[in-house]
Amino acid sequence: MQSDSQVAPARIALVQSKPRKGAYVENLAALRAVFAQLAALDAPPQLLVLPEAALTGYFLEGAVYESARSAERFGHELSSLWRDVAGQRPVEIVAGFYEVDNGSYYNSAIWLALDERETRILHVHRKLFLPTYGVFDEERFLSRGNRVQVFDSPLLGATTLLICEDVWHSIVPTIAALKGARSIVVPSAAPGRGIDGEGELVSVARWRELLRGIATEHGFFVLYAGLAGFEGGKGMTGSSCAIGPDGTMLVQADADDACIVRAELFLDDVEIARANLPLLGDLRAVLPDLLSDEELPWLRGRGDASGC
Amino acid sequence: MLPVVEPPPRDPYAAPKIDAAVAARWLVAFLRDECIGRRGIKNAVIGLSGGVDSAVTAYLCARALGPQNVHLIRMPYRLSSPASLQDAQLVIDALGAAGHTVDISAAVDGYLQYEPDADPRRRGNVLARTRMLVLFDQSAKFAALPIGTGNKTERLLGYFTWHADDTPPINPLGDLLKTQVWELARYLGVPAPIIEKAPSADLEANQTDEGDLGIRYPRADAILSSMLLGYRDEQLVARGFDAGEVTLVRGRVDGTHWKRHLPTTAMLTNTAINEFYLRPVDY
Repeated sequence: MQSDSQVAPARIALVQSKPRKGAYVENLAALRAVFAQLAALDAPPQLLVLPEAALTGYFLEGAVYESARSAERFGHELSSLWRDVAGQRPVEIVAGFYEVDNGSYYNSAIWLALDERETRILHVHRKLFLPTYGVFDEERFLSRGNRVQVFDSPLLGATTLLICEDVWHSIVPTIAALKGARSIVVPSAAPGRGIDGEGELVSVARWRELLRGIATEHGFFVLYAGLAGFEGGKGMTGSSCAIGPDGTMLVQADADDACIVRAELFLDDVEIARANLPLLGDLRAVLPDLLSDEELPWLRGRGDASGC
Repeated sequence: MLPVVEPPPRDPYAAPKIDAAVAARWLVAFLRDECIGRRGIKNAVIGLSGGVDSAVTAYLCARALGPQNVHLIRMPYRLSSPASLQDAQLVIDALGAAGHTVDISAAVDGYLQYEPDADPRRRGNVLARTRMLVLFDQSAKFAALPIGTGNKTERLLGYFTWHADDTPPINPLGDLLKTQVWELARYLGVPAPIIEKAPSADLEANQTDEGDLGIRYPRADAILSSMLLGYRDEQLVARGFDAGEVTLVRGRVDGTHWKRHLPTTAMLTNTAINEFYLRPVDY
């Protein structure tokens, strides 16, 4: 919960990375330079957000098993890198990675909080919706996550971490909002397609509409970090962006290059947005009735003793 | 080194946006609905001061009702600026509407001769209320509806004479800030001298709105735009607004809250009008 007196903006940076496929060590070294660049800024960001599969590339197929790491190891590698270039300067770092846990593999994102004394893993989100159609084949290699969690970021307050397709299902950010999230952070890897739009790929425009709609409906910040670069002919569309809780696009990168996107967030804009468009409050009031509708597939026939 | 994408420079004083074409289309529809649809009145009277607000209102009414049905009333006082009269004539000529001039000097001086010590503020209010009287009588004369010309900025800052400028039953510009009215004026083709001159109530010699208010309109409008969303003063200052200007604007808005309401009526029964007996204005 943000205090009423908090008026200074939160400084964030979205690191639109363009990793070389499967070259984890090389990509980690490149990230060191980025961290050094960020730490040297006059007002260094307090939160860094990297894309989905930020240090390996997205389309790994069976090579997922070779590139995956435990959350603890990945967190240690990232925090060590930051400590090397920035000393004890506090920061929060979010990054997508392929995770291995006790023989199961996930498309995950980690949220680290580094202060002067320690590094904490605040949260690991495992991607809920694994696209397995068309060009995508995630579920062949990965297991699904199964929870939408809200946790406290020292900087942002109540926050949800989601990955790529997770936010295409409107129920997911809705659950996050109902659980108290004031912002959602979305590492993503989105291959571009659709050349019949106006001035940009159709998929880039669709993403922007989607993210702005989510922000507006629930009155929270949306931070989106998109992977850039081509992977075997499939171009990732970057377009990292920060969106205010009234749907305002605060800043957005181009689709095709590695870059750093900076933004300052006035976190108390959430209260203003929700006061002016109280959809979330309305939803809280009506949702119990909607979910108890016996025509919903999972409630239909409840109490019917017959079955297979 | 990676290129850094910075957000656009944050300019808290950026002009509030308006799509003038959309606004004009909407306001023309509003005027037709209120005058003809709801009241069956085909004519309008507008007090034409020579300023941009009444000019824009005249242009909108001409579009909505036809210029032949718009009566533009100039109401000079003997000390009014001659330039105001000339600028008003530009609008009359451009629209081809009916122009009328009613000199209010005799009426005003007829009263003020008994109040020789009245200060400029009181005299200004007498002028404004006399014009209100004339406007309503002219509306009866022409079977027309008086159309208000007050903009949102002056309403919020309380920069108007209560029960004078605010009395017409409908007001197309009341939700447009002054800077938005200027944009709309440019779109409608209002003559440039009217848009470009310093706004003035012309109630006293050398008077300007911004001199009276102590703040430029673009800066006041930017502050008001955010303030009305619900931001507290410290939040506005954190977003780059000048603390002194925020205090000034807040003070004027809070201090004139009462002017934007009907008179306060003592409630004595459980059928009190507008408390218990509630009906929409168009019911």
